[in-house]
Amino acid sequence: MTHLIEMSGICKAFAGVIALQDASLHVQPGEVHAIIGQNGAGKSTLIKILTGVYRKDGGRVMIGGQQTKISTPREAQDAGIATIYQELSLVPLRSVTENVMMGYEPRTRFGMIDWSAAHLKTQEILLRFGVDIDVRAQLGTYSTAIQQLVAIARAVSMKAQLVIMDEATSSLDDQEIDILFGVVRELKKEGVAVLYISHFLDELYQICDRVTIMRDGQTVGQHVIAETTKLGLISEMLGRDPEEIEAAGMTALGGQKAQPGEVLLEAEGIATKHGLKNVSMSVRKGEIVGLGGLLGSGRTEAARVLFGLDDLTNGKISYKTGPDRLNTPAQAIEAGVGFLTEDRKREGIIPHMSVRENMTLALLPRLKKMGRVDRKRETELVERFITSLGIKTAGMEQPIRELSGGNQQKVLLARWLALDPKILILDEPTRGVDVGAKFEIQSIIRDYVEKGLGVLLISSEFEELVEGADRIVVLQDGYSVTELQNPGVTEESLIAAIAHHHEKGAS
Amino acid sequence: MSAENKPMSSTQGDGLRRLSFDWKRISKNGGALALLVILAFNILVTPNFLHPQTLFVNISQVATIAIVAVGMTLVIATGGIDLSVGAVMALAGALAPLIFTSPFAQANPELGLALAIVVPVLVALVCGVFNGFMVSYLNVQPIVATLIFFISGRGIALVLTNGNLQTFTHPGFSYLGTGKVLGFPFQGYLVVVIAIIVWWLVNHSVFGRQLLAVGGNEKAAKLSGVPVKRVKIGAYVICAGLSGIAGLIVVAINSASDAARIGNLMELDAIAAAVVGGTLLQGGKAPIFGAILGAVIIQLVKYTLLANGVADEVALIAKAGIIIMAVYVQQARKE
Amino acid sequence: MLDTTAFDLRRYLQGNTHTIGVWITLIVLILFGLMRYDNFGGAYNISSFLNYNAMFIVIAVGMCFVILTGGIDLSVGSVAAFTSVVAAYLSPYGIQVALPGAVAAGLAIGAINAFFVVAMRIPPFIATLATMLGAKGGALVISGAQTISIDWGSNFTKLGMEKAFGVLPWTIVITAIMVVGLWIVLEKTSLGRTVLAVGGGEDASTMMGLSVIKAKVFVYVLSGGCAGMAGLFLASGFGAGQPLEGVGWELSAIASVVVGGTLLTGGLGSVPATVAGALLLGLVFNILNFENGRGVISLSAYWQMVIRGAFLFVVIVFQSRVAASGKKGVV
Repeated sequence: MTHLIEMSGICKAFAGVIALQDASLHVQPGEVHAIIGQNGAGKSTLIKILTGVYRKDGGRVMIGGQQTKISTPREAQDAGIATIYQELSLVPLRSVTENVMMGYEPRTRFGMIDWSAAHLKTQEILLRFGVDIDVRAQLGTYSTAIQQLVAIARAVSMKAQLVIMDEATSSLDDQEIDILFGVVRELKKEGVAVLYISHFLDELYQICDRVTIMRDGQTVGQHVIAETTKLGLISEMLGRDPEEIEAAGMTALGGQKAQPGEVLLEAEGIATKHGLKNVSMSVRKGEIVGLGGLLGSGRTEAARVLFGLDDLTNGKISYKTGPDRLNTPAQAIEAGVGFLTEDRKREGIIPHMSVRENMTLALLPRLKKMGRVDRKRETELVERFITSLGIKTAGMEQPIRELSGGNQQKVLLARWLALDPKILILDEPTRGVDVGAKFEIQSIIRDYVEKGLGVLLISSEFEELVEGADRIVVLQDGYSVTELQNPGVTEESLIAAIAHHHEKGAS
Repeated sequence: MSAENKPMSSTQGDGLRRLSFDWKRISKNGGALALLVILAFNILVTPNFLHPQTLFVNISQVATIAIVAVGMTLVIATGGIDLSVGAVMALAGALAPLIFTSPFAQANPELGLALAIVVPVLVALVCGVFNGFMVSYLNVQPIVATLIFFISGRGIALVLTNGNLQTFTHPGFSYLGTGKVLGFPFQGYLVVVIAIIVWWLVNHSVFGRQLLAVGGNEKAAKLSGVPVKRVKIGAYVICAGLSGIAGLIVVAINSASDAARIGNLMELDAIAAAVVGGTLLQGGKAPIFGAILGAVIIQLVKYTLLANGVADEVALIAKAGIIIMAVYVQQARKE
Repeated sequence: MLDTTAFDLRRYLQGNTHTIGVWITLIVLILFGLMRYDNFGGAYNISSFLNYNAMFIVIAVGMCFVILTGGIDLSVGSVAAFTSVVAAYLSPYGIQVALPGAVAAGLAIGAINAFFVVAMRIPPFIATLATMLGAKGGALVISGAQTISIDWGSNFTKLGMEKAFGVLPWTIVITAIMVVGLWIVLEKTSLGRTVLAVGGGEDASTMMGLSVIKAKVFVYVLSGGCAGMAGLFLASGFGAGQPLEGVGWELSAIASVVVGGTLLTGGLGSVPATVAGALLLGLVFNILNFENGRGVISLSAYWQMVIRGAFLFVVIVFQSRVAASGKKGVV
């Protein structure tokens, strides 16, 4: 039969970095098709090529059996492809009707927008989804779930043949997800295909027909979902042997306990407005506590709240070295807590500044001497860290933006280590750095932990967690569900813990 | 959105890097080059350009632009802008004569003179606190926040003086604008002193480092514990204070204070000088001496055109061209 | 089912909370004026008030469109000064030449702004700052820095003096037509809605397949055209092209737009409320005149600048509170 969408041999590179290599995707009319893969597997890039946001370097895209050259979002829309992006691509300040009809408004005889007709039509589409809201109100006044549904309504109003949902459920609660799924089934009934991208495997079994698995920019599998197991999907996503995972899952318990130092930080039943529902954990002196879980499980959210960036709605955090309530990063730093953020570019480096200036940014209050920066101490310190962390730079005055990712990360790590912190929160410390630098960063962290630093390590790489962490707290959907003790944890047993809890959650 | 897909400079080919390096060098030294060209042109064409008098005239005229441009550079370095500089100049400039011509000051000349300098600058600082507060605590865009004083600051000055031109003879005060040290205008020295102090502040103080960090990446600065709000307020306060001083100088030069005219369009000159001097509009850079250079270029362009019989108004168009060129070069370098 | 036809005041108010303030204040000020001063509601005062403020209204409406996309146009005052000179030079050929000429000059400068902003990617603030200087210089150059008297013999004078259909001066009629026309463009056409969408989220608009570039070019050209029309009014109102006028107009226009509840970040705002904002700022001055006329107080005209600034302050603080209540999270 003809595929609705047929992408094959798709290649794409960003400034020499390969994002997609011979990736493919086949979607049939009227099916719900999932794409899964880890971060950086190339899911979003593939979608953005399909929707005309990016241009492909090579390969073929066919829609309804016809080769197409979509190069703008508008052309994709006109070809019947509607996309609901992870970061909502709607305008919250404008009304619901406008967001649904924008660019395709019904007209009166005089060529003016016929608002009554537009409101009616919008109302009608939303009612079909069981959503009865005032369509004239600003979109931003409604919940994220409604906004998602409005985005879908837009797709429907444009008579889309394919609706792409990128992480559509990541910010919805259970009831809202049910409504959304109802809508997806409704769409399917009407013969609209849905391309569904999600990190939540349980969801796939609820609504998807087939699944495409991506890894490292390639398509590594395509299955009818009823013929797969979660374990099988996860192992394919990670490129591991499912039997190993299964076997390890059976023997995951036991092992020695790490030597307990004094407790530096303890979180009990913490919850926040976004992401965290009930998380408990502690970090002790001289240990690395890993936070495991799939994307969206609340790992970064936990880090933010521990650093005083978000407010608690429930629960309690106590710090050994500071007040129990941290309201600003400055206070957290004062209390001996450091936070190496996930997004190096947006939240880490100051691109114009030199290695030296970037490294000592958090330390400035302590380098202060009569209002001026104590340059002598600064230089000594920076020199010491450049040597001890093996930072490859032309000199401490080189702008940080000219360094490689791994060396930038080392500078940022030094920014925190220079503070001599008691607790260091590391969010994906080795993402986007090459293998050599990765190993170095890991061993630096280990060295400091042996000297008494308490580390909370967030990583999407199970290997890193398993090899690095003394204990691993497993998070799922904002809850801390279990804790694994090293030694004894294997990658497979960690994956099994995450997967098994997923099974349990589904039942 | 596509930020993570931007090329890292480390992955660029050698040829590309060298090319961008050269381009950078040209645009980096563009200001100095432009200055040399203007100087050469003037020496060849403009009559009496090398006469000392020319130098003095230019120094005394460039001083106020330069002082305000230094302050503006700090504000722009945080990613902001200050439109109120001209109005703050007018306010300070209107206050000073009111104070030293008051009966109290007549009775106590020294104290009166001191107050006439200190009080206007303090008032200017208060304006800066207001601007900074609006920007950092109320999250108002800098253009709008400073628009308030742009409008009402001059209004207050006009109300205070009832719109009258205040003329005076006060040698002590006039020294600010007409005094000479070793033959050079006093305000020339003042510019140099201010520039050195602010340069030191930017390059050697904790405040300066934090200022550049805020402008370079506000999120990262905040996560590193930098007191972003206080730093921003600091920049606006310094800018307003320097504007106040510039206002006093203008009044001193003229021996008269006209609240409607002091500092008119100064915000434009100051922004232009800062941008020509290499200040990035997105923030993160504060080339203080660059701003001075920018002010000198703008002053010289104006002078060159005037001295060669080109009308004042054409100078405005030239200034517009300079601004567009400078920003375009900045943008092109970024992309 | 929704009642989609009848105008529902309550719904309107609910959806336009940001504009309520300006309307209430405007009404209160008008009532205050009517009760306190004898001639306030007189035909002469109304007519001359509107006649004088027409140019500010027109400029403010153009500015409103630019701000709705999240941009800014600082050149409007200079452009008006420039086109007032153009209009004066063209006045001997009659209004049928002077009007299109002045507007075309404004549109051309607007197109330059659009080129700087869209093609050269220069920040709107800087781009229009440059054209502000350029237009000012241009006005001084072509006029020789002199006011250029209009040709009193031509039909150009009718613009400000003759009443259309014997009721209102032509200036006011043209302004009203422009306001209503642009109101319809904003509310009832795709282009207008795109302008709003671009200000509400440029990336989202691109994703939706809207033509962001078209919207941006449109607003800058429109703003230039509005300024051109204001220049025409200026020439007719003062009987001369005024190359030195227009200083600070851009800020009054921005203030009108902001007072009218338009978000400076774009995406939310309305044409009528902008007009109300412009009227409000004008009324402050008008009432001040009346108050001085009564001789009870004598507030100089300079107070209006202070009061305008204070107004702006109050509105901005209010807006920032509203905006803050809608957002959360620090970093």
